[in-house]
Amino acid sequence: MSNGTSTSSISLNAIESAIVGRLKAAGIGFYALLAIFGLLAVLATAAGIHAMIAGHEHYYNVTREISWGVLISTYVFFVVTSTGLCLVSSIGHVFGVQDFMPIAKRSVFLSIATILSGFFVIAFEIKIPWRMAIYNVISPNLTSNIWWMGTLYGIYLAFMFAEFVFLNLNWHKPAVACGFSGSVAGIAAHSNLGAVFGLLMGREFWHGPYMPIYFIASAMMTGCSVILLFHIIGYKINGEKMSAGMQRALEVTSKIGILLICVILFFTTWKMISGLAGHPAGKYEAVMALIKGEYALNFWLFEIGMGMVFPLILFYLSKGRNLNMMLIGAVSMIIGIFVMRYDLVIVGQIVPVFHELGVNEYKHNLSYFPSLYEWVITLGGFGLTAFLFLLGEKLFDGHKVEEH
Amino acid sequence: MFKKIDFDKLKNEGLENVPMQERRNFLKMGLALTGIFAGGTIFSAVSSFDRVFASTEEFKEKYPYKPHYAYVIYQNRCIDCERCIEACAETNKVPEGGYRTRILERDVPDAIGQQREFIPVLCNQCNIPQCTRVCPTKATYKNQTNGIVMMDITKCIGCLTCQLSCPYNARYFNEEKKAVDKCNFCFDTRLSKGESLTACAAACPAGCRNFGDLSDPSSMVYRTVHQIEKTVWVMRPEAGTKPNVFYTRG
Repeated sequence: MSNGTSTSSISLNAIESAIVGRLKAAGIGFYALLAIFGLLAVLATAAGIHAMIAGHEHYYNVTREISWGVLISTYVFFVVTSTGLCLVSSIGHVFGVQDFMPIAKRSVFLSIATILSGFFVIAFEIKIPWRMAIYNVISPNLTSNIWWMGTLYGIYLAFMFAEFVFLNLNWHKPAVACGFSGSVAGIAAHSNLGAVFGLLMGREFWHGPYMPIYFIASAMMTGCSVILLFHIIGYKINGEKMSAGMQRALEVTSKIGILLICVILFFTTWKMISGLAGHPAGKYEAVMALIKGEYALNFWLFEIGMGMVFPLILFYLSKGRNLNMMLIGAVSMIIGIFVMRYDLVIVGQIVPVFHELGVNEYKHNLSYFPSLYEWVITLGGFGLTAFLFLLGEKLFDGHKVEEH
Repeated sequence: MFKKIDFDKLKNEGLENVPMQERRNFLKMGLALTGIFAGGTIFSAVSSFDRVFASTEEFKEKYPYKPHYAYVIYQNRCIDCERCIEACAETNKVPEGGYRTRILERDVPDAIGQQREFIPVLCNQCNIPQCTRVCPTKATYKNQTNGIVMMDITKCIGCLTCQLSCPYNARYFNEEKKAVDKCNFCFDTRLSKGESLTACAAACPAGCRNFGDLSDPSSMVYRTVHQIEKTVWVMRPEAGTKPNVFYTRG
């Protein structure tokens, strides 16, 4: 260990000069993209702070009845992605499946980038975020899934950060220990996020054990698409030829992706059927809104089409080798999954709690569409992920994996 | 196989000889079988009678709070004058756009006779509140003395999970307070200052909104709830929250 420390301290200058060299060598296109994505994040910060000071009610379209809007669904999207990256990449470097080894570093880095983006977005959604920092610690409510989710994601982030450091130092054992602990914390945190929705009595679209289970499976599906996207783009940016090991890693990732798409299609089918059979009050209306109501386009085109069926076909046809086909499939899947999260959060709220009472005020489904500010902050979240990804490619030299 | 009974020759034993328990069972069975149309939900008077006692033995034996504040709404008496809403807003400084209580309106054009009714709603001060379970910082909590679901506004982070967990849409975010706001039976504005009624109950000119102590046999809410002649129901019983706001007609 002491040897490792001295080696790393000696080589600090070398690392610094290598990083500076890589940054200097980067082209104008790289810096232009970095500036655009950085600007998106800055704009989002400005919009979020303005809304916080001037009053969220004036700038966000969320209401008393639909209290969670696109910022919550974007947060869910990012943490789903982060958990997925962590879980899929852990197959290799934590559980020892050699084929997955090459994707470890970039995936762990991206899991940190995406969860930071999630925190970034939700910081502008929560009305008084600084109180959370204080009272989550001094006044914890152990029956609250939100509390557990927040706390466990904090622990998860710490483990992922430590794992990334150890991976880059090539300290294999602590990296595996942190990766394993991060995976456990990630699963616990993420299923708690599912339970935030699933344990709400009287919100029939969400209520039940489905959500925590679905969230984990769905996270792994998302993880596959994001790993494919960023690895293929990463190699395009760095202009390097993919090693056979990396090609094999992406091939197996696309196969796991196919499996998980099938799992989620299966889940979704039964979710829909259970919402239709016997017209369960509160759930039926929500499911119908997805099948042939105001969310039908979202559901059929984005969730089913772009999110699952189209990428399933492309991944299958690509045989895990046609990178362009896999790239298109991954992009389509990520867009579909973003809409999936949006529908999951919004459609769960559109049936009014007093709908069954038959009162004039709540006869129809409620409506919501994000405001400009909400869109800007959402885009800022994506901007932050892209900014960190690009920066990471240069700082960590394409996340190359040395042989252990 | 069975001895044949000739009903015509049986002697009338007289109603006065039927034990009280038998009478009760018969009455309960009749109400359970017929079911009663109430508040948009069909359920038997017997089951709502059980719910009055919060459905579990411990609540039947002893109310968990003293005073156990509760509210009885005579639904047919509401005339939608909205004095309750105004009194609430004024007393509790409810900003425009928000409300702690409101009156819902139900039109039933096909009904025989009366075709419109008004349904006042407010926080149900549930015995098993979901809002207090989901709050990450204990900013909302059940007062252990009187059972009122209160807010500690200094701890509210504004995640709005409580709003979504409430089956009665009783919560809203108050931008002036920078915290979620809800009905607390006017605890800080009236009850703690010696008043015996909430602002809305005091302002109601029709005897629709009634406030009292469910554990006090002399209270009107006690007498209304602890009987089976008239149907008493609660909103959204399926949410399992054991509400303390009861509805009846009469």
